[in-house]
Amino acid sequence: MAILEVRDLIVSVEGNRILNGVSFALEKGRVHALMGPNGSGKSTLAFALAGHPDYTVEGGQILLESEDITRLPAYERARRGLFLGFQYPPEVEGVKLREFLRLAAANCHAPFCEFQKLYLESLTYFRMEELGERELNVGFSGGEKKRSELLQMRVLRPKVALLDEPDSGVDVDALRLIAAGIEEAARLGSAVLLITHYPRILEHLPLSRIFVLDEGKIVKEGGPELAWEIERRGYEAVRG
Amino acid sequence: MKRTKAGLTAELIEEISREKGEPKWMLEQRLRSLEAFRRLPMPRFGPDLSEVDFDEIFYYLRTVEPVTSWDELPEEIKRTFEELGLPEAERKALAGLGAQVDSEVVYRSILEEVRAQGVIFTPMEEAVRDYPELVREHFMRVIPPEDNKFAALHGAVWSGGTFVWVPEGVEVAIPLQAYFRMQTQGVGQFEHTLIVAEPGSSVHYIEGCSAPRYSKVALHSGMVEIVAKEGAHVRFTTIQNWSRNVYNLNNKRAVAYAGATVDWVSGSLGSKVTMLYPSTVLAGKGARTENLSFSFARDGQWLDLGAKAIHLAPDTSSRLISRSVVKGKAKNVFRGKLFVAPEARGAKGHVECSTLLLSPEAETETIPTLDVRNHDVEVGHEATVGRISREQLFYLMSRGLEEAEAMSLIVNGFVSPILKEIPFEYAIELKRLLEMSFTEAIG
Repeated sequence: MAILEVRDLIVSVEGNRILNGVSFALEKGRVHALMGPNGSGKSTLAFALAGHPDYTVEGGQILLESEDITRLPAYERARRGLFLGFQYPPEVEGVKLREFLRLAAANCHAPFCEFQKLYLESLTYFRMEELGERELNVGFSGGEKKRSELLQMRVLRPKVALLDEPDSGVDVDALRLIAAGIEEAARLGSAVLLITHYPRILEHLPLSRIFVLDEGKIVKEGGPELAWEIERRGYEAVRG
Repeated sequence: MKRTKAGLTAELIEEISREKGEPKWMLEQRLRSLEAFRRLPMPRFGPDLSEVDFDEIFYYLRTVEPVTSWDELPEEIKRTFEELGLPEAERKALAGLGAQVDSEVVYRSILEEVRAQGVIFTPMEEAVRDYPELVREHFMRVIPPEDNKFAALHGAVWSGGTFVWVPEGVEVAIPLQAYFRMQTQGVGQFEHTLIVAEPGSSVHYIEGCSAPRYSKVALHSGMVEIVAKEGAHVRFTTIQNWSRNVYNLNNKRAVAYAGATVDWVSGSLGSKVTMLYPSTVLAGKGARTENLSFSFARDGQWLDLGAKAIHLAPDTSSRLISRSVVKGKAKNVFRGKLFVAPEARGAKGHVECSTLLLSPEAETETIPTLDVRNHDVEVGHEATVGRISREQLFYLMSRGLEEAEAMSLIVNGFVSPILKEIPFEYAIELKRLLEMSFTEAIG
């Protein structure tokens, strides 16, 4: 059963229409991939689903567990279990990763003692022990920022995780950790939407469905084999 | 309730002095100050002070008779102090506490073991009476009345405040605190704080301030003088949360002798207008000062702040750090001044001010002055002005934080280099104040 359903979503940014009626559904405990050429609207879709105020929904609906969240502010969506892993997470000086995540977890109804345990365990899981007391993303390398996003997902245990290119610019070891984190999230029941350019990460994952976005529309949908087809033949050929 | 007439005259000064049973030298000092006040011009820089009418202010008001236990205070005052958490702080975290209402100190306590170390912690009036030589040697010597108009005003009408004397080699392990409350409409508060730290001693003094809000303009013009003798360490922390009708125009200055350290930590949240420039004269070889300031100016406020380090001796060092947050139609100014004399070879000075603007109408100005008179120095200055980015805000909100919560987290992070220098209980209180101000504004 679909946990997140997107129906005919039309989104514009500063008056320019980026998404022209996007529809798809994500299922609990499954990993889905969103692929598509540069500028096709993948990040726009992620921001719009998470409720970024600069992304205006002009039509369509977003349903989380059959509830319409299209007009809810970002924090309400988060509290209902939606998570966005940022492609470029901003640095926030003076705010400790731990402190921030504790607040986030409290807002997402995670009890404090559970948070402490999960936080420490997740630092180890993503080999981030030395970053545990650092300021949020401040001075983190590209790969560390990606792991920090995954760590946040692991602690918040979302129902739906939208991950915007968690695999770009990371080395092989980090890629394995990230893939393991995604696999675990799905195993524990999250519906994951993975935005990526590379089939490499998909190899490590039990993938259920691939959506191809182009010019603001889903132009193709298919099983895991679609990723390799794209890799071999390019988007042009795939969209037919 | 003892109250003088409004307005500033020699008769008033004599009445205050008589009321306090002062020695002749103090009365003379007051009259000399009054004369300087009449002669000196208003400050030629900074905020508009035309609303301050020296003839409208009540210069002396004894609202409450001094007591020796909280329970003896009038109900309203007692409740106020309880809400401010003073009795609790006294029990848990302080070596001594003084509380002043309007013109007079109404409550004072000191831990027995601190008293046994020979530390003096007493209302200023009692010090004038009981330790005349010690007081006379230092009183308004660090800041003479002729220094500026408000120093002169203060010298003429000062009332209340604290005298602290720490004997040679004595370290006061936990802080002493004073709390200043302006309770009555139209009253001015002019407390005098004098801290003398003998060689090798150390002390941390904290002051907090508040007042209920009245429609009428109120004036607070306190003075703090610190003498840190050879190798002494004095830390002075102020958390100011005056109501928005208060003009808070202070003089604070320290002299640090050889090897001494003076640290100023100032948090400015309240008042309508503040002018505050804690200064340290680094008078002896190797003296050091650190001046940490944070401020939060909101609608209608003009917080004119600064820090000064006057390097007069070799190998002296100073760090002047400020973090300012401005929200709504408000203004923040930071004047960072370093003076390095020709004799001060090997001096090091660093001025750093950062401002975070939370609204388009918020104004900020940074005015560094580096006056360096020799070449064997290391001085530097940095200033930044920034805004909260939409990306940061959305990032935090996408993790379940409401806008107010996200803003206050970012602001707290921005001021954290200063907050972490403030004793824990006060840092918590400040965080709470910051958070409250965001929920008020948005919710």
